[in-house]
Amino acid sequence: MNTPILQMRGITKTFPGVKALQNVTLDVKRGEVHAICGENGAGKSTLMKVLSGVYPHSSFDGDILFENEPCTFNSISDSEKRGIVIIHQELALSPYLSIAENIFLGNELTKNGWVDWRKTNLEAAKLLARVGLSENPVTPVQHISVGKQQLVEIAKALSKEVKLLILDEPTAALNDEDSGHLLDLILHLKGQGVTSIIISHKLNEIRKVADAVTIIRDGQTIETLRLDEGQITQERIIRGMVGRDLDSLYPDRDPKIGEEVLRIEDWSVRHPQDHSRMVVTNASLNVRKGEVVGLAGLMGAGRTELAMSVFGRTYGTAVSGKVYKHGREINTSTVSDAIKHGIAYATEDRKHYGLNLIEDIKRNISMAALRKLAKRGWVDKNQETIVANSYRQSMNIKAPSVAAITGKLSGGNQQKVVLSKWMFSDPDVLILDEPTRGIDVGAKFEIYTIITKLAAEGKAVIVISSELPELLGICDRIYTLSAGHITGEVPIADASQETLMHLMTKEKE
Amino acid sequence: MSALRESLGFLASRLRQVGIFVALILIVLLFQVLTDGILLQPQNVTNLVVQNSYILILAIGMVMVIIAGHIDLSVGSIAGFIGAVSGVMIVHWGWAWWIAIPACLLVGALVGAWQGYWIAYVGIPAFIVTLAGMLIFRGLTLITLKNQQITPFPDELRALGGGFLPDISGGTSVLEWLTVILGVGGTAAILFQAIKERRIRRKFNLENEPMAWFAVKTAFIALLMLIITFLLASYRGTPIVLIVLAALVIIYSALMNNSIFGRHTYAIGGNLHAAELSGIKTKAVTFRLFVNMGVLAALAGLVFTARLNSAQPAGGTGFELDSIAAAFIGGAAVQGGIGTVAGAMIGGLIMGVLNNGMSILGLGTDYQQLIKGLVLLLAVGFDIFNKNRSGRGGGSTLGTRFKLKTTPPAAAESTETAADRPVAVAASSRQASTVRNS
Repeated sequence: MNTPILQMRGITKTFPGVKALQNVTLDVKRGEVHAICGENGAGKSTLMKVLSGVYPHSSFDGDILFENEPCTFNSISDSEKRGIVIIHQELALSPYLSIAENIFLGNELTKNGWVDWRKTNLEAAKLLARVGLSENPVTPVQHISVGKQQLVEIAKALSKEVKLLILDEPTAALNDEDSGHLLDLILHLKGQGVTSIIISHKLNEIRKVADAVTIIRDGQTIETLRLDEGQITQERIIRGMVGRDLDSLYPDRDPKIGEEVLRIEDWSVRHPQDHSRMVVTNASLNVRKGEVVGLAGLMGAGRTELAMSVFGRTYGTAVSGKVYKHGREINTSTVSDAIKHGIAYATEDRKHYGLNLIEDIKRNISMAALRKLAKRGWVDKNQETIVANSYRQSMNIKAPSVAAITGKLSGGNQQKVVLSKWMFSDPDVLILDEPTRGIDVGAKFEIYTIITKLAAEGKAVIVISSELPELLGICDRIYTLSAGHITGEVPIADASQETLMHLMTKEKE
Repeated sequence: MSALRESLGFLASRLRQVGIFVALILIVLLFQVLTDGILLQPQNVTNLVVQNSYILILAIGMVMVIIAGHIDLSVGSIAGFIGAVSGVMIVHWGWAWWIAIPACLLVGALVGAWQGYWIAYVGIPAFIVTLAGMLIFRGLTLITLKNQQITPFPDELRALGGGFLPDISGGTSVLEWLTVILGVGGTAAILFQAIKERRIRRKFNLENEPMAWFAVKTAFIALLMLIITFLLASYRGTPIVLIVLAALVIIYSALMNNSIFGRHTYAIGGNLHAAELSGIKTKAVTFRLFVNMGVLAALAGLVFTARLNSAQPAGGTGFELDSIAAAFIGGAAVQGGIGTVAGAMIGGLIMGVLNNGMSILGLGTDYQQLIKGLVLLLAVGFDIFNKNRSGRGGGSTLGTRFKLKTTPPAAAESTETAADRPVAVAASSRQASTVRNS
């Protein structure tokens, strides 16, 4: 129990402009369940990618010792050869292949160069028994539930003689019962000598299975807590996750809050594919003129899903609930209806949902409100250029001209183009989803300034963010979401990172 | 010296547009030499225009469909079907041409609406729907014609295929004057428009085209127009179908550049999800694109039928391939979002000159197909090579190209959201399906 199986020393990984990991240290002992905790974007997944060889050995600094031998992995197959298997949050199974085929995918059991189906299915059945899954190995994976698919992934890992199993948010997509099974299985495998690393921010799960917890914040190791030393407590973990100084600067604000602009009542959304799963349950919130309202929640809490389902039902099925604008109920069931009612939603994923990356700045800015520039269906291109130029100046978009292609801009400038696009649509309510994701510190301040200015102009702003200091720095009021439920509404004066984190990790009653 | 370097740098950045144009000229010169000057004889130039007109008409609609990220394999069959319908209407039922033509275009619109419905509202990929359409409308063509050709058509309709504008000089002068007036007028209009647009771009500081290059390009286009005018005027004048085609090119270029509809088409092809989340009614735009394609296919069918003076069971076979090739050679992107009507016209002309030149040389269809296939492959391959090169910040030295192959793209891509990238991707793929479904 006391010999180390894995030691990671001084891991530093830099992406252009961002230091994702800085001198991270991780010690995992043989036969333990080691949890890694941290906020969204703290660097947990990056660390696991470094470990599993997704990022090749030469792309980061630091040393990895596995079973006391240095590792220089260049791909996932290198790490798998050593017995390190990672199971990603988004499962990597081929839905139309059978369970057995998936288990041995890329590692097929053969006889004289041909697939040995008898052996494949027999071995698969044995592995399924080990993970406690009673399914026929020839069943196509798409016919079993997500929880069972997770078990198939683990069976697949076992087929590779796994010594160290890494599970990235394994219960994020599972219901309570399946989560319980999975955690029991992890403990069961521990009894068979399999060491596990589990990335999670569900604190109750961590308390249930973890022998040790390493907390990562802003790409750095904060501390490792050990169960046998009595250190694993909820308070301690939360303090470690959020205990960051409010060192970023935020613009001064002088909020002038007016009447209510938008109110959402009893909003419920189901998962688009898995209709039994509630993604948002009976959420109610409101936002007033000149106010910046924050929406805090951990990954999977349903923040984006709530926003997108309100904005033209672009997420989810069986959406129910009411939306009121200035006290009158409005219909936002299509995007153009939502825009017509003065709602704008700037996505968290601007590359896939926000911008046409092969087009230039001006055409992106005009995209949501082209009609404002047109007479009888014909666009006034001069006017379009004038509008785009004015936003380029007021938003300080750094580009040679408004004819520059957006795909070539930096993240911060791309975000300013997205914001310009929505400002040009002249909304009363702006929903900004992770407005500073992937943006460097200087540009973040600019985005905060823009948000503050928008509120000062009388817009109602909802900001979704994973960075609590950011919400504390720019909001007047913060709602917390946990597992699709609104668990709290905190005026800024009463809000601190600790209180918010408590509400964000609160279990539903 | 620096002006020269600037020009060269600009040329490199526009390699695609310049390349396609240069390719057309080289192909023309090549066949001019190989055919001992037959290619550019007035009669052959007129032939070239008339022979290719229906492909060019189809290419206009096709490039729009491709820009939106779709494809249409059924246009040849639709053109054949409309030819058959026109035969029944005009020859069997005795309808006047001015009733039959709008009626045929309406049938084309209905055919397009049928396909557009399945593609836009039911969500079946255009490849499948139009592959089915290719069979359905070929079948309907055969049924309508009862497997026999319909002929002859009245002169008024035949004029659409092979007719010319009247000779106002009474056939006495060497040059046909109406053509000269139209050609010179058109050239002047193009010059005027080009200078005006450049002035506006300069005003807004958007101009990046060196003056020398602009002058050379514009002068060259003007010269080309005048040469074609001269060649046409020294034979029988302006083919009526050329007037139709010119009008279509002007209207559709304007539509794609300046209208809300055109801009929404580019937005959908460039990023469907972003377009949807910007409130663009993507389904309605897609539907209308296919209705439009149906109308243009009908027009192409009418021109073709008029030219042959008969509606034939196999009429229009293979047109879809020529028009798709024209669009792609003309610079349309396979993924959508990129392409121009003018580019598709040049692409169509390249195919047309190849066809015509090889026919004059007496090459069989076997070699013709082989060569056309290679040209298509090279054009799109050049495109992709060019894009990869410019995408990596230019510099085509062997070193960078070699590095390009060895560096895994993942590392270069993840400049942002360093830590939670996989989560974000996962979330987006989840949402992707819902956006499409909603």
